[in-house]
Amino acid sequence: MTEIDPRAFGFDTRAVHAGQRPDPYTGARAVPIFQTTSYVFEDAESAAAYFNLQEYGNTYTRIMNPTVATFEERVGNLEGGAGGVAFASGLAAQAAAFFTMLVPGDHVVASSALYGGSVTQLKHLSRKLSLELTFVDPDSIDAWKDALRENTKLLYGETIGNPGGNVLDIQAVADVAHGIGAPLMIDNTFATPYLCRPIEFGADIVVHSATKFIGGHGTSIGGVVVEGGTFDWSNGRYPIVSDPSLAYHGLAFHDTFGMYGYLMKLRAESLRDLGGCLSPFNAFLFLLGLETLPLRMDRHVENALGVARFLQQHPAVERVRYPGLPDSPYAPLVAKYLPKGAGAVFAFDLAGGREAGQRFIQSLQLWSHLANVGDAKSLVIHPASTTHRQLNDDELAAAGISAGTIRLSVGLETLDDLVWDLERGLAAAAGSRVNGVAEVVA
Amino acid sequence: MTDVGIVCALPDRNAAAEVSQYQDPIVIRQILLTARTIAIVGLSSNALRPSNFVGFYLQRHGYRIVPVNPREKEALGQPAFASLSDVPFPVDVVDVFRAPQFVPEVAKEAVKIGAKALWLQFGVISPEGARIARDGGLQVVVDRCMKVEHARNLGRMHWLGFNTGVVGAQRASTL
Repeated sequence: MTEIDPRAFGFDTRAVHAGQRPDPYTGARAVPIFQTTSYVFEDAESAAAYFNLQEYGNTYTRIMNPTVATFEERVGNLEGGAGGVAFASGLAAQAAAFFTMLVPGDHVVASSALYGGSVTQLKHLSRKLSLELTFVDPDSIDAWKDALRENTKLLYGETIGNPGGNVLDIQAVADVAHGIGAPLMIDNTFATPYLCRPIEFGADIVVHSATKFIGGHGTSIGGVVVEGGTFDWSNGRYPIVSDPSLAYHGLAFHDTFGMYGYLMKLRAESLRDLGGCLSPFNAFLFLLGLETLPLRMDRHVENALGVARFLQQHPAVERVRYPGLPDSPYAPLVAKYLPKGAGAVFAFDLAGGREAGQRFIQSLQLWSHLANVGDAKSLVIHPASTTHRQLNDDELAAAGISAGTIRLSVGLETLDDLVWDLERGLAAAAGSRVNGVAEVVA
Repeated sequence: MTDVGIVCALPDRNAAAEVSQYQDPIVIRQILLTARTIAIVGLSSNALRPSNFVGFYLQRHGYRIVPVNPREKEALGQPAFASLSDVPFPVDVVDVFRAPQFVPEVAKEAVKIGAKALWLQFGVISPEGARIARDGGLQVVVDRCMKVEHARNLGRMHWLGFNTGVVGAQRASTL
């Protein structure tokens, strides 16, 4: 047995190695794709021990898979948590995180600047599962405090909000949550653990859409939940986590598994019962993504800042909402929580409304018009004519979107090319027709 | 029953700094790799108790488990002893599932019977007990779960996506 030196390895080292030791049988250096539904038991006694959770063993890929586990451990490690549980999508991960700790009648306080799909999921869940729900302005710590009720069981915010680029004061909101014995959950999709590790600032649960920067290449849908392992689920407010489980012959997850109890329950009950497991092949692609996460995020951030600066000085642009700009109202929070950069997804407001927005999008040559973020390729969408098409101008305003709002996800291309393309689009938006490169201002 | 079943209760973070000297990963690995016989003080015969979970797991991985609990006749198929002094053969590790106030007595006995290590489970934090064992020449681990540390360092904990913190380019073990 090789002696292991307990060195605290750096983030980039762990992005490449954490969660994987080379395969003991073949020595395969890459993470093998275990494309199997199930696993042969050594003997009946082992099988029983696995199903009783007395031994860490593989039973069925809906609940665990070695390729997926490598991905889960790697994200858990990079976030500084007790571990991770992966899901078929970010929304599946988020729903399972709720399902594990909430029961009908519980109250959730959530940021109004959460990703739109999260807001919709929370609204539907609150109706269907009888949860109480309050959305608050994430920038106001008083708003978080004022929303608390006796039955508040979860506070939920996002590192970098949408579309306003709100940077959450994670530590302050964590203090509010812990003051009433509730956990703080953070959607860290836009920052990735490379730019921000919410658990270091007191968050208890971190969720990701791995579809975005973690995967990084727009190939796979997936999500993951990380838990810090320090929240006291036995504080009397979470009997659904701490009491003996009917699904496991009376096993008390938090008592038995301690700092791993929530994650064990998330896997052995929520993932098992809801069934939204991540495919091993997608986990493999996410692992490839994670290996280059630090390199990619540095470049994403560099390009995003370059694009934001260009837009900021352009006369056809009314407002740029990139928190990484030095004059952003979020600059102090960026300095504290996002010192390596404020991500690469942000919105800006175009003068001229819906028509200008459509003309802008249609005249771009390099930016892909689609509904995703976090790809190596630069992406663009005009919410007023796509994702938020059903809303009138008043409703758009309530969502923090104007008719001319454009959302960008800045990719890894040559910055000059991205700016060149945007310049053409802005010219088109302002009214001048752009039919080809001959009319482009160099 | 407050003196059993506190295996994986959350550690008292205020005491963590004081006990961190007893959480050396190299010592933990040495104990796990060299121990043969583990006396579990406070081992319950109830399969749902954390002490039973830990004992079952360690027994499965080849350690000889010795139940030490005056309230049990046997556990995990092994006859139980009322105290460490009653165990008629050498013990390598004394693994403790008792409330912290009982630990100094257990530590004195562990020294007396010539055990090589004293291991206090999650939440069993007794700086006094740890000192007694250390001064008696024992290796000491405090506020760590023996099952978790085995699974983290030598076992399959990574199969369930937990952060083992183990990073290396050598082949994984096949335990």
